[in-house]
Amino acid sequence: MKNIRLKAAYAIIASIAIGMGSVGAVAAATPKHGGILQFVVPDEPPSYDGHRETTFAMIHPIRPFYSLLIRVNPDNPSSTSDFVCDICEGKVPAPTDGGKTYTFKIRKDVKFHNGDKLLAQDVVATYQKIIFPPEGIVSARKAYYVMVDSVTAPDHFTVVFKLKYPSGAFIPALAVPFNFIYQKSQLDQDMHWYEKNINGSGAFRFKEREAGAVIRGVRNPDYFVKGRPYLDGYDAIFAKKESLRVQAIRGDRAAIEFRGFPPKSRDDLVKALGKDITVEESDWNCVLLTTINHKHKPFDDVRVRRALTLAVDRWGGSEYLSKIAIVKTVGGIVFPHHNLAATRKELEQIAGYWPDIKKSRAEARKLLKEAGVDLSKTYYFNNRAVDQPYKIVGTWLIDQWKQVGLKFEQHVFPTGPFYDMLRQKKEYDVSADFNCQSVVNPLVDVSKFLSDDRSGSQYGQWQDREVDALYDKMNQSGDPKEQRKLMRQMEKLTLDTHANSFITLWWNRIVPHRSYVKGWKISPSHYLNQSLDNVWLDK
Amino acid sequence: MHGSTLVSATAEKDPMDANAHAMTRPGAGADADLELELVAARAPFFTALGKWVRHQPLGALSGGGVIVMILIAVLAPHLAPFDPVAAHYDNMAAAPSFEYWLGTDQFGRDLMSRVIWGARTALFIGFTSAILGSTLGLVFGVTSAYFGGWFDLLFQRVMDVFLAFPLIIMALAVVAIFGTGPGNVIIAITIPFVPRCARVVRSNALTIREMPYVDAARALGYGHLRIILRHMAPNCMAPYLIMLTTFLGQAILLEAALSYLGLGVQEPIPAWGLMLQGGAEEYAESAPWIAIFPGLAITLAVFAFNLFGDSVRDTLDPKLRAR
Repeated sequence: MKNIRLKAAYAIIASIAIGMGSVGAVAAATPKHGGILQFVVPDEPPSYDGHRETTFAMIHPIRPFYSLLIRVNPDNPSSTSDFVCDICEGKVPAPTDGGKTYTFKIRKDVKFHNGDKLLAQDVVATYQKIIFPPEGIVSARKAYYVMVDSVTAPDHFTVVFKLKYPSGAFIPALAVPFNFIYQKSQLDQDMHWYEKNINGSGAFRFKEREAGAVIRGVRNPDYFVKGRPYLDGYDAIFAKKESLRVQAIRGDRAAIEFRGFPPKSRDDLVKALGKDITVEESDWNCVLLTTINHKHKPFDDVRVRRALTLAVDRWGGSEYLSKIAIVKTVGGIVFPHHNLAATRKELEQIAGYWPDIKKSRAEARKLLKEAGVDLSKTYYFNNRAVDQPYKIVGTWLIDQWKQVGLKFEQHVFPTGPFYDMLRQKKEYDVSADFNCQSVVNPLVDVSKFLSDDRSGSQYGQWQDREVDALYDKMNQSGDPKEQRKLMRQMEKLTLDTHANSFITLWWNRIVPHRSYVKGWKISPSHYLNQSLDNVWLDK
Repeated sequence: MHGSTLVSATAEKDPMDANAHAMTRPGAGADADLELELVAARAPFFTALGKWVRHQPLGALSGGGVIVMILIAVLAPHLAPFDPVAAHYDNMAAAPSFEYWLGTDQFGRDLMSRVIWGARTALFIGFTSAILGSTLGLVFGVTSAYFGGWFDLLFQRVMDVFLAFPLIIMALAVVAIFGTGPGNVIIAITIPFVPRCARVVRSNALTIREMPYVDAARALGYGHLRIILRHMAPNCMAPYLIMLTTFLGQAILLEAALSYLGLGVQEPIPAWGLMLQGGAEEYAESAPWIAIFPGLAITLAVFAFNLFGDSVRDTLDPKLRAR
């Protein structure tokens, strides 16, 4: 009897314990309100205007002040096709009119931080500025919307986009995180107002900026998603030196840096902080590529360009470099793992991706000999004075080319002069270059590889009408299978047959953060998922 | 006539300097100095060197260090166990071992080979910029003193502008204008050296300008260039050599600083400052040897050149010699 009573008592205690454990688990998963999120940012924003800027230094501190029409699903930011409404109602609308019309219903409970209601006319004014900017207004991503014919507001809560032709690139382009919704009345007064001022409808309101130090945001009590944001506010702390940012997280002066750290810093933080640090990793929609100057001899010869790419051991490099740099995945011109991306088997058919590097380099030497390249000469490699990943990959590339007898001298410049050399002076033989995008949208992203009179971001000075034709056909095709086939043809021409340019490795995003930061999920771009409305602190 | 070598120039000034010394600090030390100078003028090279070593033991030690460094740089291809730019990806950031005596860097490159080849980069840039800087300074300083008047006034104000900037700031500005790479680093280091040497040489040349042999050369109808280069400049060798040896250490340090800041020579060239830049911060905890050995090389090289420069100055500067 006594035993039975004891067993019963144990059972009751165990049940209570299990019950409490479950409650605890539920409680841990339930977002908590309050707290200030402190995060470090490597640079300061050049201006506050999302439409003109292209840098994370603007997105990270400023994005939480604004809303978008649609956005990448914050609960599933790794997906390349999961978009949800931000200030529109319901689901992202399907097109009508044979894929040429998109009608968005705007929420009626959205207010700007100055108290005014957000209407469809504000959305229209915003997109007019982005797609059809008046003279003197910079719109960095205007080219994304070449398919748009008009944007109109038939009433206060409806926005209609009419396209010139059906395009699968339209919805991803709308979700670009730089497309902050501005107030029409403000734009009517001064189109430049948002460069130096902030009036958004996002989860946080601008509190203050201490130049060179910090931008502070506070909770927006009128935010249209009830119960959000969870945080009372945030401090975006500027720290240029990477070691300083790592130490800030290590010393708990900051909880996270959203751009990403190299593997070594991750390892140091994990070693020092153990379970107090959580590491999130993702393929990054950024690729380091090399731009070959087609106007410089001997690189005007396709055999020499093919030799350059054949000399590079990408499969081995992925293994080695991923230990010391923020590059990892071997890929073609499309973001790896996307439906339109090449499989490993397909990649292995392309020059420079052959599985046998010895055979590849033997072919490179043969091509160089055939082309009569002067191997005693030292060629000019232009690079950016940024360690991760530019200088590290640059040093690796020079070592790879040395294996086939080509000598390159690395010339490194700070960002401004580097761009100047790449885009204007063009005195290099080969240059480091990159293609970083926000929303994964390969149909737009691969425009880097078009002829220079069409691309806008191609600096190798080549014209390849075959590639241009394939691109146009692909963009106007509604059939994903057909698009994929055309993409493979474009890739083969660009990287192999014509060897216009070549890919080194795709970046790998590593974000180690304090484990008490909850709700934030890594995405394939450091521009995405930065509204912070779903972030909370488990302290 | 005036001498054209260091020994004879020193010998010419001996009696005055020795008297001054004897007046301020009479005794055996003055006699010894006098003896050393006289021996330096007359005795065979090795005897004079022996005397100098006894009087400047630290200088001799550092001179030995400099010679070893030069030998390492010259013999780098024979001494380095590996190609300094060859990456061994299976041994990235490996600790010192029998295979890699000083370990490897983040690319798996042998640190010992890179430190040895780095001596070549440091000495090439150091010697070239120090020689160029002090030689140009010598020519400008003598020219300025020789012509005097408004030319000297204007020239010295220009030198003042250059001298107003600290060495490293001036070098940074020059690299910012010309860009990176060994050639531009030499220019960047040379330019701030020129006014420093010119100023010191000018003060010496102002005295020489008033010497009778300069008047005699003028009277004989020699051209300005001949008087400056053949009659005045050789007599400014003492300050020139002092500045040259002082600049050597500074040039090595400047090259390392510029490379550390990413503005000097670039990867994959082995250079000490660059090696520090690549490993100092990121690998300080997990692979400290990446930063320690090039750091040590810089420290020893600069220490050796500075000590050697001090000894040369003590030997050649009559004011210091009199103390």
